[in-house]
Amino acid sequence: MKFEGKAHKFGDNVDTDVIIPARYLNTSDGRELAAHCMEDIDPTFAADVKNGDVIVGGENFGCGSSREHAPLAIKSCGVSCVIAASFARIFYRNSINIGLPIFECREAFAEAESGHVFRADPASGIIENVTLGRKYSTAPFPKEIRDIIESGGLMNAVKK
Amino acid sequence: MKTAMTLSQKILAAHAGSDFVRAGQLVTAKLDMVLGNDITTPVAISEFEKAGCDKVFDKSKISVVLDHFTPNKDIKSAQQCKRCRTFAKKFDLDNFFDVGEMGIEHALLPEKGLVGAGDLVIGADSHTCTYGALGAFSTGVGSTDMAYALSTGRTWFKVPSAIKVVLKNKPAANVCGKDVILHLIGITGVDGALYKSLEFVGDGVKYMTMDDRFTICNMAIEAGAKNGIFECDDVTYEYLEGRYKGEIRRYAADEDAIYERTIEIDLSKLSPVAACPHLPSNVKSASELSHVSIDQVIIGSCTNGRISDMRAAAQVWKNRKVKRGVRAIVIPATNEIYLQCVKEGLIEIFISAGAVVSTPTCGPCLGGHMGILAENEKCVATTNRNFVGRMGHISSEIYLASPYVAACSAVLGHIGVL
Repeated sequence: MKFEGKAHKFGDNVDTDVIIPARYLNTSDGRELAAHCMEDIDPTFAADVKNGDVIVGGENFGCGSSREHAPLAIKSCGVSCVIAASFARIFYRNSINIGLPIFECREAFAEAESGHVFRADPASGIIENVTLGRKYSTAPFPKEIRDIIESGGLMNAVKK
Repeated sequence: MKTAMTLSQKILAAHAGSDFVRAGQLVTAKLDMVLGNDITTPVAISEFEKAGCDKVFDKSKISVVLDHFTPNKDIKSAQQCKRCRTFAKKFDLDNFFDVGEMGIEHALLPEKGLVGAGDLVIGADSHTCTYGALGAFSTGVGSTDMAYALSTGRTWFKVPSAIKVVLKNKPAANVCGKDVILHLIGITGVDGALYKSLEFVGDGVKYMTMDDRFTICNMAIEAGAKNGIFECDDVTYEYLEGRYKGEIRRYAADEDAIYERTIEIDLSKLSPVAACPHLPSNVKSASELSHVSIDQVIIGSCTNGRISDMRAAAQVWKNRKVKRGVRAIVIPATNEIYLQCVKEGLIEIFISAGAVVSTPTCGPCLGGHMGILAENEKCVATTNRNFVGRMGHISSEIYLASPYVAACSAVLGHIGVL
């Protein structure tokens, strides 16, 4: 499966408190969370984001709390994948576990601007900035992690 | 080829059933404790049920603590707690802590003797790294990881490399664990230890009390670290003895273990500090921040809600008053700590000084309840994160500091030390 969508660019250290503020954590309903996604850093994000859009972030994306509500809110907004210079480790695990595709690529972040159209292919790890006509290759996931992704998340791996 | 291992790697290897592991390797390891709270457990329960799981791996190795939005702050929070309660009852969990027994999870689990040296612990809460203070490998994960662990008692880890943090000399006056960890995060930045272990060693370690060590390991995540850890020593032993229910397993790093970086901190040269908005790495000396007037002080949380933190605040506030216009809120982290405060007369000191005392809860630390900030308000908090909007309005500001700095600032009406 390939993704294509418009980029929404953020800076370094986007923390889970701004991805989904704790005041909304009295629910784990994806649709409710999506309505408040990024609201403390970009109040119009939730209204503007379209199905398939891509979030591009800087270093340490998703730092802070372990709330799985953060990748869930992003996924429930219709965001197809997150590309960041680097990810905080719990966010990284959570994204893999719930099936939100993520790509680590410093160069893609550096050259991206909001509104650029991105194409991404999790199978090959190739990201494309269509607007700039640039292609980036990212390191493929280790086999153990690919197995989780291919089974559609960690709990599907348990079911097997 | 057998390679030298760090302390964290030794514990992972033992739980993965291997003689050795190396940094970067993916291993599956057996867990001694799996933890969740009232926010993360409901999501884990959903995943557990969706996957058709019908039993937990070991009812004595699971802890569920209702601490974040409790006592229930609204109907939705009450529903989430109810979900946890029903689950705990269904599987007859040994370590389910509801209002009356609960405390802030990372103060409660050590206090109840549920975590100890040599353990491998995961928790669906980022501050699970706290138990490294006891010589455990302990790290935060998400709810799906928790669900998987509830069912299997195992999880996967990428074996971390490590940063060695050498603590030297005796700490200067009024310098505590909070100043040490904030100082360190000031050096590493919030991602300087990303995916890595922070291993604390050196002659200065013996001056770090158990509570200091809990505070230090608690905030390892704020440097991006996977875990923070101290080797089990006499201080740890004394704490664990008669309390810890398991078998103490002392591990030590190999002498020739490889570290990515070594950071030396001379404790005798530190001064009380505060981390300014909006990153825990934005650290300045508290005495340089006297221009910052404050509206609120919070003394509590999984970082600094322990008895020594309560005593530090009481020592400052004895025969002093909180400045008019400052709201001072004290939150003992567990009922045992609360009761100890009562016995020692600390509650009387707090109330006489003009502070209020809350039941144990994470409450304001994550902007839940019990002290939310309005537009442009400033707060000195002994908590762990000062991100935008963390404690309330997005224009409010949080300054992270020790209980000593927080208590002094409450008296002064601005950040500072007495």
